[in-house]
Amino acid sequence: MGDVLLNVEDVSLAFGGVRALQQVSFNVYEHEIRAIIGPNGAGKSSMLNVINGVYTPQHGRITFRGQVRENMDTHAAAAAGISRTFQSLALFKGMSVLDNIMAGRNLRMTTNLLLQALHIGPARAEELRHREFVEHIIDFLEIQPYRKMQVGRLPYGLQKRVDLGRALAMEPQLLLLDEPMAGMNMEEKQDMSRFVLDVNEEFGTTIVLIEHDMGVVMDISDRVVVLDYGKKIGDGEPDAVRSSQQVIDAYLGVAH
Amino acid sequence: MPAYLRRNWAVVALIAVLVIGMVLPLATGISAPGFYLEVLLGGLMSGVLYSLVALGLVLIFKASGVFNFAQGAMVLFAALSVARMSEVMPLPVAIVLGVLVMAALAWLIERLVLRHLVNQDAVVLLMATLGVAFFLDGFGQTVWGSDIYQINTGLPKTPMLVGENLFQGGILINSEDLVAAAVAALLVLALAMFFQKTATGRALRAVADDHQAAQSIGIPLNRIWVIVWTVAGIVALVAGIIWGSKLGVQFSLSLIALKALPVVILGGFTSVPGAILGGLIIGVGEKFAEVFLGPILVRQFDLAGGGIENWFAYMLALLFLLVRPEGLFGEKHIDRV
Repeated sequence: MGDVLLNVEDVSLAFGGVRALQQVSFNVYEHEIRAIIGPNGAGKSSMLNVINGVYTPQHGRITFRGQVRENMDTHAAAAAGISRTFQSLALFKGMSVLDNIMAGRNLRMTTNLLLQALHIGPARAEELRHREFVEHIIDFLEIQPYRKMQVGRLPYGLQKRVDLGRALAMEPQLLLLDEPMAGMNMEEKQDMSRFVLDVNEEFGTTIVLIEHDMGVVMDISDRVVVLDYGKKIGDGEPDAVRSSQQVIDAYLGVAH
Repeated sequence: MPAYLRRNWAVVALIAVLVIGMVLPLATGISAPGFYLEVLLGGLMSGVLYSLVALGLVLIFKASGVFNFAQGAMVLFAALSVARMSEVMPLPVAIVLGVLVMAALAWLIERLVLRHLVNQDAVVLLMATLGVAFFLDGFGQTVWGSDIYQINTGLPKTPMLVGENLFQGGILINSEDLVAAAVAALLVLALAMFFQKTATGRALRAVADDHQAAQSIGIPLNRIWVIVWTVAGIVALVAGIIWGSKLGVQFSLSLIALKALPVVILGGFTSVPGAILGGLIIGVGEKFAEVFLGPILVRQFDLAGGGIENWFAYMLALLFLLVRPEGLFGEKHIDRV
């Protein structure tokens, strides 16, 4: 096990009277694949949005790379090295695959607007350098044939890959995947699992993924957090979690 | 009949009527070719200006989903600034300063208005820009005065006579108009390059497509809005200078935004090419209606026949709303039910 990259302590989040998260704590080691699972409405997406800076929890503490963060917005989270994909695709539909992934390099572009506009000197060199990295990602995700195509026209499974590519383009320290296999058929799920594992291995990226469906997740995750009604009810290696009575009850329901 | 025609027969019919309306005066010999071309050029010229104002609307709408009612007021304010400043300094300097004024204005609008209204209803944002419009109209008069001012571009105002050997009587062309059209075309080209070729342009397109996703990859929304409003301000400045040098800078400038409204309905709220083409169609259409349709109405129905120019654009926009609400090039909204 490596060092702790992300530490979530005692986080509570409420929307009015709805308590989405209640004193949830867990940590994520470097280079780990960490899954957050749970039935519908368990608070998985809320948890992801807290890490990502979309929501600010009313209570609790989040430490990322040794730094405790106070109020954080999504922009700051991105700058700190957290990138994410979306459950319901949030791609730039009117733009090409290449442009979508290039947009992910935005934070790493440093030349000023005027040079960019004239497309000269350092701006040109920078664009080429980023382009090289992006092409590497495109190769990696096996989407070369679609590079110039408008994203909105691609089939769903490929759009999911572009979403992943855009997040990878940021060279994140922590990659958040919001239901990466939702709505996919078996073959697409297997493809996506392979990409997640490869990303983890080849880029060494730490991954937190949330999933509704237990099957695939158990195979690719190192450790799993289980949420139910905003509370943590399980935490540990897949096999231990799978056999936990509390988790089984949450998924299957209990007779009262 | 091809499937496309069957689905869009109403649009095709509408466009066909417009095209026939354009050709008819020449074909029936109502108009001499020289005069016809003059009317056409006049229409294209005012069309260019509508396009510029509509372009400002589209840019802001795409990037922030705000319908900027203040675009016309921005045209007036920019023109006033340049006109008054050019009284005490050379015009190019005044224009550069005018760009800075518009950038400062964009920054202020983002800081004081937009930032606090993120995620509010479209109606709230529309009302806010309406407020900005009235504020700018008044503030402009407070700072710069309320007379009619001149912007002297130094271009010859006397029209040239060209094509004397082609048509009887030749046609009169204003060289100032030609320069204006060229400047507008250059501006559009530069904008297209900026949006397509630069990293900032890519970030702008990204924000236009999906706010949430753009934020997640670290594109700062606030800065993007300042850039977009600045660009819209520069477009307003160019429109203001062209219009102001033709007709003088006066309060009525701010009303041309109302003419840009049918233009964006025609072209589509999210389409830059739509704004340009829509402006030209409406510019030419209303001139033709006024010049050629007016006299026919007078003769046939004994009407006074004037004023068609005022309502033609809206009539056309209304028809488009009926047959193609998303405009010629706009994105079609398909709602999941």
